[in-house]
Amino acid sequence: MLKFTQDHEWLLVEGDTATIGITQHAQEQLGDLVFVELPKPGRSVDAGGAAAVVESVKAASDVYAPIAGEIVAINQGVVDDPSLVNADPMGKGWLFKMKIADRSQVEALMDEQAYRTLIDSADPA
Amino acid sequence: MSDVVTAVPLKRTPLYRLHLDLGGRMVPFAGYEMPVQYPSGILKEHLHVRAATGLFDVSHMGQFEIRSRTGGGEDAARALESIVPMDIVGLAPGRQRYALLTNEDGGVRDDLMIARLGEVFLVVANAACKDADESYLRQTVSPSCTIERLDDRALLALQGPAAEAALARLVPDVRSMRFMDVRAMEVMDVACTVSRSGYTGEDGFEISLPASHAEAVACALLANGDVAMIGLGARDSLRLEAGLCLYGSDLDATTTPVEAGLEWSIQKVRRAGGSRAGNFPGAEKILHQLANGAPRRRVGLRPEGRAPIRHGAQLFAEQGAADAIGVVTSGGFGPSVNAPIAMGYVTSPGTLAGGRIYADLRGTRVPLRLSELPFISTTYKR
Repeated sequence: MLKFTQDHEWLLVEGDTATIGITQHAQEQLGDLVFVELPKPGRSVDAGGAAAVVESVKAASDVYAPIAGEIVAINQGVVDDPSLVNADPMGKGWLFKMKIADRSQVEALMDEQAYRTLIDSADPA
Repeated sequence: MSDVVTAVPLKRTPLYRLHLDLGGRMVPFAGYEMPVQYPSGILKEHLHVRAATGLFDVSHMGQFEIRSRTGGGEDAARALESIVPMDIVGLAPGRQRYALLTNEDGGVRDDLMIARLGEVFLVVANAACKDADESYLRQTVSPSCTIERLDDRALLALQGPAAEAALARLVPDVRSMRFMDVRAMEVMDVACTVSRSGYTGEDGFEISLPASHAEAVACALLANGDVAMIGLGARDSLRLEAGLCLYGSDLDATTTPVEAGLEWSIQKVRRAGGSRAGNFPGAEKILHQLANGAPRRRVGLRPEGRAPIRHGAQLFAEQGAADAIGVVTSGGFGPSVNAPIAMGYVTSPGTLAGGRIYADLRGTRVPLRLSELPFISTTYKR
């Protein structure tokens, strides 16, 4: 199951684990990333809490935890090479994995079609 | 990523249509709609300028012509010396100089380029300051000078190792210019003012020209395979690597030229013992600091980790110190340095043991090293 947030993050849900990253639209808006800071595995975060930071030449942006839960894994590959997020945001550029605490928080997020409508309405081009 | 809402309609430069055609991402900047980047992105644009050449639209900047009411350049030079601590009387025709409009507290109202073409002085000012500068110029130098604001002129900057070759295709004479020379020249049969200067640390030129011809000249330069249009995002990372101040961040009404490390811009003739010493706003404080040093100084900073340390980050002498010794005024990632870089103000930088200090980054203290400026080797053609 693939879900999306208003903050332009995606979640791939497999069993009780969600893999989280930023969307193609988000990486285009941010531009070339030069630094990624990821949370420590084992840390528990609240839904909407700052979990990671992605930085372009120009600015730093927070990545929020879309749901509550424990961080169970991070992608060291994007720490070592932030450009992976630009090149493959929904694949090799994933950021972290969470153990889902409350399934209903996942259900409440947008599906792909709803997210597509959101970015089409926000971006007239 | 929210949309910026502005109350006043944004102005556009003569190259607005060209920016859109080239896919520029337009953002509000100093009252103008300006391109922050093009589709290739800030990182590649930055590296292109250092490897080849970039063309920048800086038509939002203020351009003024100042002339003596009596004819001759003397009165205008002396009038300008009453508002800047630079040697303007000694500025030769055909030369340009970096200048600071100071205030009574020794702070900086704006930083400028002042060029002398014959008996006329050309002033280039920051976009965000140009209205205030105009009224200040009218208050201060108008008894002896006329001031004309050149809103019908565009300003292009061509910067990088291929800049000379690219411009020489249109104007062969530019090859004989050296850093900070300025000349009236015909570019594609249009009267322009060309200076060999810029804001990237690279060799290059700035071309002041009628707005009506800006697009034609820009397109002629872009027809050269080495030249690409570059946005304000890369302009900022380029000038930061070159250790150049951004007014409003690294310089403002509360920073003095000595604190900012710009004493090189104050010639001997305006310093204590010089034949035209003082007699500019804030002279007492600035001359005192020139002789005795300033309580804080602008320094270069190299974060030891990979995380950029940005504008506003507090600086500390020790990891556990309670009181800040300064603040970062510009910071980000330097694409050519391939590392984060920053500039900031710290108190008594000479006393900091080992040249290592700490910045607050999202609640954690991270180490930085004091660094020489600029961060890159400049390639000005002196």
